[in-house]
Amino acid sequence: MARFIVRRLIGMAIVMLVVSFLTFLIFFKIPGGDPADRLAGKYATPGQVAAVEREWGFDKPFWIQYGNMMEKTFTGDLISYTRQDKVVERIIDGAPRTFSLAIGAALIWLVLGVALGLFSALRAGALSDRFLTVLALIGISMPVFWLGALANYYLGYKAGLFPDGGYVPISEGGLWEWFKHMILPWSVLATLFVGVYSRVLRNQVLDTINDDYVRTARAKGISERRVMGRHVLRNSMIPIVTLWGLDFGYVLGGGAILTETVFDLQGVGDYFAESIGALDVPPVMAVVLFGAFFIVLLNGIVDIVYAALDPRIRLS
Amino acid sequence: MSTQPLLEVDHLKVDFRTDEGLVHAVDDVSFRLGQSEVLAVVGESGSGKSVTAMTLMGLTRSPNARFEGSARLRGQELITASDDELRKLRGKEIAMIFQDPMTSLNPVHRIGKQIVEQIQAHDDVSDAEARDRVVTLLDRVGIPRSRERIDSYPHEFSGGMRQRVMIAMALSCDPGVLIADEPTTALDVTIQAQILREMRDLRERTGTSIILVTHDLGVVADIADRIAVMYSGRIVETGTLDEIFYDPQHPYTWGLLGSIARIDRPRPHRLPSIPGQPPSLIDRPEGCHFRPRCRHEFEDCPKYPELEGRIGQAPGHDDRCWLPVEEKRDRRVVADGQIGLEAEGATA
Amino acid sequence: MSAAAAPNGDAMLDVEHIKQHFPIRRGILNTVAGHVHAVDDVSFTLREGETLGLVGESGCGKTTLSRTLMRLIDPTAGRITFRGRDITHASRRELRPVRTEMQMVFQDPYASLNPRKRISQIIGGPLELHGVARDEIAQRTADLLERVGLQREHVNRFPHEFSGGQRQRIGVARALALEPKLIVLDEPVSALDVSIQAQIVNLLEELQEDFGLTYIFVAHDLSVVRHVSDRIAVMYLGRIMELSPAEQLYSKPIHPYTAALLSAIPIPDPRENRRRDRIVVGGEPPSPVDPPPGCVFHTRCPRAQDICRSEIPPLTDYGNGHLAHCHFPLNVTREEIAGSTKSPLSPAASGDSQPQYVDPELHPA
Repeated sequence: MARFIVRRLIGMAIVMLVVSFLTFLIFFKIPGGDPADRLAGKYATPGQVAAVEREWGFDKPFWIQYGNMMEKTFTGDLISYTRQDKVVERIIDGAPRTFSLAIGAALIWLVLGVALGLFSALRAGALSDRFLTVLALIGISMPVFWLGALANYYLGYKAGLFPDGGYVPISEGGLWEWFKHMILPWSVLATLFVGVYSRVLRNQVLDTINDDYVRTARAKGISERRVMGRHVLRNSMIPIVTLWGLDFGYVLGGGAILTETVFDLQGVGDYFAESIGALDVPPVMAVVLFGAFFIVLLNGIVDIVYAALDPRIRLS
Repeated sequence: MSTQPLLEVDHLKVDFRTDEGLVHAVDDVSFRLGQSEVLAVVGESGSGKSVTAMTLMGLTRSPNARFEGSARLRGQELITASDDELRKLRGKEIAMIFQDPMTSLNPVHRIGKQIVEQIQAHDDVSDAEARDRVVTLLDRVGIPRSRERIDSYPHEFSGGMRQRVMIAMALSCDPGVLIADEPTTALDVTIQAQILREMRDLRERTGTSIILVTHDLGVVADIADRIAVMYSGRIVETGTLDEIFYDPQHPYTWGLLGSIARIDRPRPHRLPSIPGQPPSLIDRPEGCHFRPRCRHEFEDCPKYPELEGRIGQAPGHDDRCWLPVEEKRDRRVVADGQIGLEAEGATA
Repeated sequence: MSAAAAPNGDAMLDVEHIKQHFPIRRGILNTVAGHVHAVDDVSFTLREGETLGLVGESGCGKTTLSRTLMRLIDPTAGRITFRGRDITHASRRELRPVRTEMQMVFQDPYASLNPRKRISQIIGGPLELHGVARDEIAQRTADLLERVGLQREHVNRFPHEFSGGQRQRIGVARALALEPKLIVLDEPVSALDVSIQAQIVNLLEELQEDFGLTYIFVAHDLSVVRHVSDRIAVMYLGRIMELSPAEQLYSKPIHPYTAALLSAIPIPDPRENRRRDRIVVGGEPPSPVDPPPGCVFHTRCPRAQDICRSEIPPLTDYGNGHLAHCHFPLNVTREEIAGSTKSPLSPAASGDSQPQYVDPELHPA
């Protein structure tokens, strides 16, 4: 186990290094990406631009610039080019918003996906199963920005059932206000995943139910509930857990950009989108590192959970 | 063998609805199983032997299956029993081991837990008690260091050891009837010999009756008391071990006995073989199902053959062939004391 | 497969000290943590027109060996000579003409035929690859179908329209298409019902007589192997335990493992079965990752002594082509041992000590 963790940590460092480097490289090479031009202002003289370049270190070689940026990211001194505020502080400010969205939505899509998938599998071929299949396909194909805008407009703005966007921290508005603000984002983000998860689980259950050990379980005379729970569902959950861990890591790392934007949550994803639009390299770099951290972290956790769920897999 | 049979199966029929049509998997199967008797149900794939066995366990129940006839275990009807009644019998009164030990145990649970699960489904015992019982069972089926191995996962066992675990599991509630569906087919011969010896010992010690479903006549000769030969969903002949091996009545039985390559006889130039293929279970020939492949077909064969004893046969030795007994004894080929078929050209 | 024809033919295939070790990789750096000793120094000569049976239990290396001979996998060490040509390291291009002469029939007739191809494509495919004209392909495909006991009209059907036995006939027809000299049959009847097994075995025998084919028949079923083989090699944990003319292996097994295998087979004859004294060897084969030193069978052998644990026995030639890899052979007299020689087919690492006589009275098998 210790060896596994150490190996994972090394792996994590390598992934983050590679990802950040590639990101930096892209922005370094991108046309119009030269930050000095923008920092110096629209009507700057070449002399002013050069001064800015010197001041910010843009005249240094590529490697030095990359090294400086990485160093500043970890000391918290990284400054945004456009807003000139501290990037790490913005991320720390946005993280609770993103986490609120990710944790809530991930729980919803896991629970609903499994419940609907199981229901569908048990009624395979029946009308209810076919209905759920269609529903799942609709869920999968609906774009978040469209569904989100629709929900926001009709349920939030017109019907007034929910606040139309925004985020209220628990410390300010209390639990209920926070919860009310999160319901729509959670539901919209979860819709896509529920569709996928229920399909995957349904097919898994239908595969597993024909496995020999399920027949053995029935032959033992244990209750059908137990056969389904301890044997069919337990074994069908293994791929779902893997999938869930990876998706959760993605959303946790700010991957639900559209949802954050549509509901104006001002989380990490939102910040990321805004920074990309402005070609603002420091925040982009920092958010990429932030995202990579969570994706790799969850990957490691998934591996541990996977080994716990399936004893045939051993860590090491 | 006592006079009161443990299990009585009468005119059992199992049909499955499929897209291609109605599959007549089991057709008019009747047999008796006595106390501590080993009945071998022999047949090739598609003969209905496994479906018969699984139907007794209620494992073939599905919306697409249709059942007729009756099967009574100590007088209790199995075919029409409710799912819940049947569940209480399964694993307790009638237990089953399956062909492939590699896939028959759940890979994610410890083997001890899987057996405890069955014990606690039927008997109200504490975890510790159930565990002790499992240790005893594992000892009994020859698993060394049972106290440690009880917490192993199936993948940590070889195929032979897994089959021992399956046997231990099946025996965990002292069932009256043990159904073994090709229990040694997936195992190597030396391991097969170990498992067969285990099963023989168990029968001696516990008095469990065994239904052994197999295609391997060697295994049958090793362990069975009585045999039912199945073909195309029907029992075509049934009798004692010696009756079937030394006085077979049905031409299919002759063919089956004759087409085995044997290590204890001089080898023939060509193996005798039954020509053709078994009929489709959807569209079967009228009367005797073996008719299209039988060399001895005559005008009576399209009539439905009952499974019955004929004049000149020992009681309990029944078959479904229309040929008169003397005719059969004349026609079956006996070479070097071996029952078989005509040896020449049966290939194409 | 007449016994008389067998040993006199020219050498078809020469196998010298073949090893097949598969590395087990572990860790981040993918370092080799050990090897699976699938085939461990196996040698034999296959003569034209004969059938060599390759038997053993799962994991004994018989399938790996047959694939190595076909050059489907590259051997770790050793040399393979096919009809005078060294093909051990032949490139794909060099192998092309050889491939037409060696064909393979696989165990699972359901898995080894492409379900989306018609029978004409399955059988005619290899012909087309080797530049046979279109009309001739059609003609030959139909002839082949007829030859293996199917109907000419079946050319346009798909594999799923056939039963298991019929599919195996198609597999045989495909192997025959290029008029090979050698066919490796990998458990060709194991997946089939008994009555169908006999049909296929007979077909294979007829084809051998008609076309003068040479067979390597890989199987775990000793009864079927005996029926088809001229000679039989018994394998255990990657090594040949005994190599013998077919009949002698059954009437006079020399290696205790062979005796145990034969004894384990239940005979389909109740009286005969009751009469037999059967040895049930305990235990299970050890892991091929870490095979035991000395004789690999010593962990389960009832006759094993100290030397078996330390010294690899040579493959001893007892005359008449009967070879066994054992320090304490069964069923041989003092004189036979005195007259025996170390076979050149012995594993390179084996010792030179002569087998020792064990009095059957004192030490019953």
